[in-house]
Amino acid sequence: MSRLKKLFKKDRNKLVVFITAGFPKKESTEDLVLQAIEGGADMIEIGIPFSDPQADGPIIQKASEIALSNGISLSVIFDQVRSIRKKTDIPIALMGYYNPILAYGIDNFLNDCKTSQIDGIILPDLPLDEGTFFCEKAKSVNISPILLVAPNTSNERIKLISKLSQDLIYAVSILGITGGDMSSKENLKKYLLRVKDNSECPFIVGFGINSSDDVEWFNNYSDGAVVGSAILKKVLNDPTNKPVYNFVKNLKGRTK
Amino acid sequence: MTNNIKNYNYPDSSGHFEEFGGKYVPETLIPALNELEEHYLDQKSNKSFQNNLNNLLKYYGGRETPLYLAKRISKELGYNVWLKREDLNHTGAHKINNALGQMLLAIEMNKTRIIAETGAGQHGVATAACAAKFGLKCTVYMGEEDIERQKLNVFRMNLMGAEIIPVTSGSKTLKDATNEAIRDWVTNVENTFYIIGSSVGPHPYPMLVRDFQSVIGLETKKQFKKQSGKNLPDRLVACVGGGSNALGLFHPFINDKVKIIGVEAAGKGVATNEHAATLSKGKFGVLHGAASYMLQDDNGQVTIPYSLSAGLDYPGIGPEHSFLHKIKRVDYHSVTDEEAVNALQWLSEKEGIIPALETAHAIAYLLSEKNDIEKGEDVIINLSGRGDKDVNTIAKYLGNII
Ligand SMILES: Cc1ncc(COP(=O)(O)O)c(C=O)c1O
Repeated sequence: MSRLKKLFKKDRNKLVVFITAGFPKKESTEDLVLQAIEGGADMIEIGIPFSDPQADGPIIQKASEIALSNGISLSVIFDQVRSIRKKTDIPIALMGYYNPILAYGIDNFLNDCKTSQIDGIILPDLPLDEGTFFCEKAKSVNISPILLVAPNTSNERIKLISKLSQDLIYAVSILGITGGDMSSKENLKKYLLRVKDNSECPFIVGFGINSSDDVEWFNNYSDGAVVGSAILKKVLNDPTNKPVYNFVKNLKGRTK
Repeated sequence: MTNNIKNYNYPDSSGHFEEFGGKYVPETLIPALNELEEHYLDQKSNKSFQNNLNNLLKYYGGRETPLYLAKRISKELGYNVWLKREDLNHTGAHKINNALGQMLLAIEMNKTRIIAETGAGQHGVATAACAAKFGLKCTVYMGEEDIERQKLNVFRMNLMGAEIIPVTSGSKTLKDATNEAIRDWVTNVENTFYIIGSSVGPHPYPMLVRDFQSVIGLETKKQFKKQSGKNLPDRLVACVGGGSNALGLFHPFINDKVKIIGVEAAGKGVATNEHAATLSKGKFGVLHGAASYMLQDDNGQVTIPYSLSAGLDYPGIGPEHSFLHKIKRVDYHSVTDEEAVNALQWLSEKEGIIPALETAHAIAYLLSEKNDIEKGEDVIINLSGRGDKDVNTIAKYLGNII
């Protein structure tokens, strides 16, 4: 059984941690990922920096900009993941935009995902309408495409998206970009119940989640919570003294 | 030689021009794009919408614009040069044709807030004018560098009550202004209409902008026939940033036996790293919601373009142009800053018309040794905008201070 399937079979609270590769230093990726795992992360998303991150707020934009100026690239990221894989068996997904992958070559990209044991791929600018080709190709080599749904996605579309994704989907918590402001819990609850009713696979929730209360709350209505901007903000403020470990441990606090 | 095709009918129903175009956007925007497409297709065949738009174009925008035979330069060059005077539109460029069209859609869709991106500021000014006219709130994203070089337009937008948000990320020009506008739209999608200024972005924008701009080509066709007594011109020429003024002129002639030329900005030369010649030097990719050619490095990171002209300083190009390039229906050339400024001075001195720096690139094609125009041809140039906004930039370039 795949790592993703195994993880989401378990009926406990889950914390997914997003780290931008190559930030704050080119070689930081491994250290930050291992800190997150030590702090209790259940799954890791590694962000592939892009020059024009449309779906990202100021913090991930900043982190991506720094990572790119450090000279990060997909081939370096794959080397980093291979090294991380020697030390951990938790699910790892790559999250990024479509263009760097097109430039790398889709076959080449999927092949390197395979050899570095990547479990899933999240591409916010590749929706259902354009994504069939890529998603089917990924699935044919047993890598899970993780498509996104949003608060304004119809029930019918949630069904289709979860069918194409197959193993896991990602529910964007807000109308907005990463790190954005949360809407009312009442609306969120309605939306998450709607995703639960219509999705044919488990789903994680992210965008704007930044406290252990949030993580606990979202786990009541989904299969896991993703934290990204809030963690990178800690690293931006002070990269020393294991900021990711400390923050993740705190986030995970009540979700044992 | 350019290919002619019959029954050109693009984009297809999914918004593609073969491999180009599409909707490469965050999921949040998909329902909004679908809603926009539905409304647009509805209104396209709605008589009262079209009458309303035509009246606005006429009484507010100042259409129709003249097709002017520029006799002095024609004599000098040995062929007829016709200028389609989009510079005489209200707010000074072709951009108002599209801004009015999209504004009517926004009203019809009950949106209460307008956002736009702008490079040269012409689209921002056109949008600000329409928003003022209809009493809607308007926010314009503009790169910090463009704010500096197009100060005059920033002031005009302010006068008309628009809020200008300076964009400081990346290249601080049109590319990044577009990123910020998209982020705003994702966040405020429920009440906000995004008026895109060129034939770029996710479907249905490239189609809708082209259609609203096609009034240029439709008028030109009639005027040319009437004024010249001939059926068709030999050649059409327009500058290409995102590509809207070009498609507006070209599209009604696409099935006709007419040569079509698009002119990109070569900045300091296509052999340098400082240019915006997307089709000459770009590669296939995805930017701002569409698959098209774009300037990028080997890792798929978008590179920072350069042109003296803010409206052409963009690393992408509308998907339809990539398609027309691929099928060889349109020939694409590029001209440098220097050639454009020369052409601007030449047209000013010979015809008393100061074109926008963007437009000057199309004029420069006439003076380029690389063109294959034959004596006696009828050549139509889209004079997309006037140069008032650029006088500071040009003066500085020529070493003057005003
Ligand atoms: C006068 C003028 N012409 C041309 C352009 C380029 O845009 P497009 O290629 O969409 O016509 C601009 C853009 O700002 C402009 O102001």
